[in-house]
Amino acid sequence: MPKRVIVVGGGLAGLAATIRAAERGIPVDLFSVVPVKRSHSVCAQGGINAAKNLKGEGDHPDIHTNDTLFGGEFLADQPLVQGMCRDAPAIIDLLDRMGVPFNRTAEGNLDFRRFGGTLYNRTAFCGATTGQQLMYALDEQVRRFETLGLVEKYEHWEFLSLVLDNDQKTRGITAMNIWDRSIEVFKANAVILCTGGPGLVFGKSTNSTINTGAAASRAYQQGVWYANGEFIQVHPTPIPGADKLRLISESVRGEGGRIWVPKNKDEKREPQDIPDSDRDYFLERKYPRYGNLVPRDVATREIFNMCVVEGRGIGGKNVVYLDVTPERSGQKPEVLERKLGGVFEIYRRFKGDDPLKVPMQIFPGMHYSMGGLWVGYEDKGDMIVQMTNIPGTFAAGEVDFQYHGANRLGANSLLSCIWGGLESGERAVTWAESDTAEADSSVYGNELKRQVEFADKIEKLDGDENAFKIHDELGEWMTNYCTVVRENDKLDQLSTKIDELEERFHRINLSDTGRSANKTFAFVRALWDMIQLARPIVKGARLRDESRGAHYKTGFDIQKPEADKIGEASDHQGYRDHCAEIAEKWGAKFDLPEKKEEISPEFQEYMDKWVEKERQWNKTTIAVYKPGPDGPDMSYRDVAMTVVPPRPRIYK
Amino acid sequence: MPEKITVKIKRQDGPGKEPYWQTFEVPYQPNMNVISALMEIRANPVTADGKKTTPPSWDDACLEEVCGSCSMRVNGVARQSCAALVDQLEQPIVLEPFTKFPVVRDLMVDRSSMFEALKRVKAWNPLDGTYDLGPGPKVDPDTQDDMYSYAKCMTCGCCLEVCPQVNENSPFIGAAAIGQTILYNTQPIGKALASERLEAHMGPGGVGDCGNAQNCVRVCPKDIPLTTAIAALGRQLTWHTIKNFFLR
Repeated sequence: MPKRVIVVGGGLAGLAATIRAAERGIPVDLFSVVPVKRSHSVCAQGGINAAKNLKGEGDHPDIHTNDTLFGGEFLADQPLVQGMCRDAPAIIDLLDRMGVPFNRTAEGNLDFRRFGGTLYNRTAFCGATTGQQLMYALDEQVRRFETLGLVEKYEHWEFLSLVLDNDQKTRGITAMNIWDRSIEVFKANAVILCTGGPGLVFGKSTNSTINTGAAASRAYQQGVWYANGEFIQVHPTPIPGADKLRLISESVRGEGGRIWVPKNKDEKREPQDIPDSDRDYFLERKYPRYGNLVPRDVATREIFNMCVVEGRGIGGKNVVYLDVTPERSGQKPEVLERKLGGVFEIYRRFKGDDPLKVPMQIFPGMHYSMGGLWVGYEDKGDMIVQMTNIPGTFAAGEVDFQYHGANRLGANSLLSCIWGGLESGERAVTWAESDTAEADSSVYGNELKRQVEFADKIEKLDGDENAFKIHDELGEWMTNYCTVVRENDKLDQLSTKIDELEERFHRINLSDTGRSANKTFAFVRALWDMIQLARPIVKGARLRDESRGAHYKTGFDIQKPEADKIGEASDHQGYRDHCAEIAEKWGAKFDLPEKKEEISPEFQEYMDKWVEKERQWNKTTIAVYKPGPDGPDMSYRDVAMTVVPPRPRIYK
Repeated sequence: MPEKITVKIKRQDGPGKEPYWQTFEVPYQPNMNVISALMEIRANPVTADGKKTTPPSWDDACLEEVCGSCSMRVNGVARQSCAALVDQLEQPIVLEPFTKFPVVRDLMVDRSSMFEALKRVKAWNPLDGTYDLGPGPKVDPDTQDDMYSYAKCMTCGCCLEVCPQVNENSPFIGAAAIGQTILYNTQPIGKALASERLEAHMGPGGVGDCGNAQNCVRVCPKDIPLTTAIAALGRQLTWHTIKNFFLR
């Protein structure tokens, strides 16, 4: 049989994987639920990070690595983060050569802007539609390979399952044609899943309606580990909406946008009439150095606290102002329009106000999953970069768990999608080339039969439950109990709720049993998988009794001392011992500064607790599927720390 | 504020089936758009006269007018239905599938011909490879601005839907692919294939089939200067023809 690679998903990661695999001469079958050009990556707005240092600030890929690891609170396996950040400048060059219309300086160089979690201008951008522009450039390259006969697209096809042989080795996939509901088997030597995030598990989010997480869930139910599921990024600044939360990019703050609430709770004036003296720019007040560009988890918690805890949202509601008017951002209207036109268009269209004249109103919303399918971080022994624990099944993009640790920095996702995609494409080809054994032909028939039987089961659902209602409830509960602030008793209730939803699933009434483009059928099929995927997210959060990055649990947060009491971690002996242990374990060499000063008792106490917490919790959560309320089986793996030692994440 | 809104949908159970109309009443919510109304209908598929029916099928994804999925005719206008706000629409809100593409079901149509058109005009840069081959050429900000205005095309199909030249009896490629031809003929690297792209526009279905109705530019949700592209491509084609004549 000639070698083939299957890529599932046509966003940035899937297209990058396809291009790299096709370039190496192996034919690729590319599956996508929508025409690939409509994938969710088009929604990314602000930009893509690369330390090209074109502004002469002394930026360097190693500083990018450090910012990324620190921003993710040291939960990411470090070799991959380093590899990604080092290759980032070359990736920008590649995109540039593909024809991405990046914004330019007067001289014609690439322009770069500020983003959260860094002090450098490191983000290349195309107005405020960077994801769309990157997507279109890659889409065209894939089309070029199509005309060369190296890529065959299966658009409007939905991935249902992996075909695994008796040794649990990947042999292909089963997929459903959405237009006629037929199910078929497709053979391949390697499969790369690039199927994006699970936004719909949270009901309303900034994600597209296609981001059900079903593909990831299906692979997980077949034995692929789901890692760090509890780390869910809640973006600080979407526009609340009835059908979805529309993203307002972090680049708005990168271009000078400022977050505030009126100082007076009962303020009645229009926002543009409120002078600075009556405004509380609370992020700037609390974080003088990073200001509005603190990482997302920090900004989100501050906004959430301001509204929900202090009750100081606008008019007592859960919204705050994001002000990018020329007077407050210090930029000319035409410059703002050129750099942010894409987001302004969205705000004007859906809210009716002009952000150049009136401050926007925003509130945090579910945005991104740092967690996802477990993949390897080095090519050693059984481990292969971007390959899951199932031999021959790879994952890349938001669906993998790598790169972002406990919190993703803005404009790092486009980078991780493309880098992970290219690396997975490369490895999948190598894997396919060395794959010689033929599978017993019965494995294909058996998997097809299993999928047809499952489809029949869904078709026969004729109870009294409404699938869309069940989905609404899942989304509401997940959003209320498993996003910004987590509490153990609430998580227990949520867990019970999921059991209830799973039980009610079996009593759904399928309102349409037709075969032709039956979207209800596809939705119900995916709803099962959403419920299954909720479990590792919730159980991961329940068991992780600490706060780290996007995972904040009440009662499990170490109180930081006052700013003037905070010293250097390297002056704490327990910290030095901890770093030495890590260095020995990973064969790393860390250059800690000389121990010099005495630290305050408050900082001593903080560091004692911090080291203790690190020893217990700086670990990757691994969920292994087990059906029903008892599942999944949870365990923890050490994080690969080969580049820099962890340190307390304190932004100033 | 109305309590209910009325939505009239042209339905079709599958390719080649007879179309029929159904009317639905949906509880009004502030800031509602056509997709959120459809979602309500999907969750409770009962017509205005109380008849249980199947949920209508439509395409959607981003719901913020950047993916190009949810094209349909809303009160006779070709547009992205996610950005069609109920408060700004006359009632009943009439939803129909595009007429220039084969219906898959209800409001879903098959727009794959648009992607085939992009193959025909080779709308890409001919890269040597994805490895580190150094930076691309410098581009002045004005040229970048021009390219960006064409690069926003979502392949949504609105320009084809309203074009009188796009019909069953004509192979006209339509404005979207013409915009992409100009985009890649402007690209510093893409230029290398300019003459191949122009060849693709010679003969039936090429830019010469444009009837200058200028409907395309009026409906484009991304304000792409499509008529400018058509004029520019016409000029490029003229020069190309003259050049070919003298080189023959």
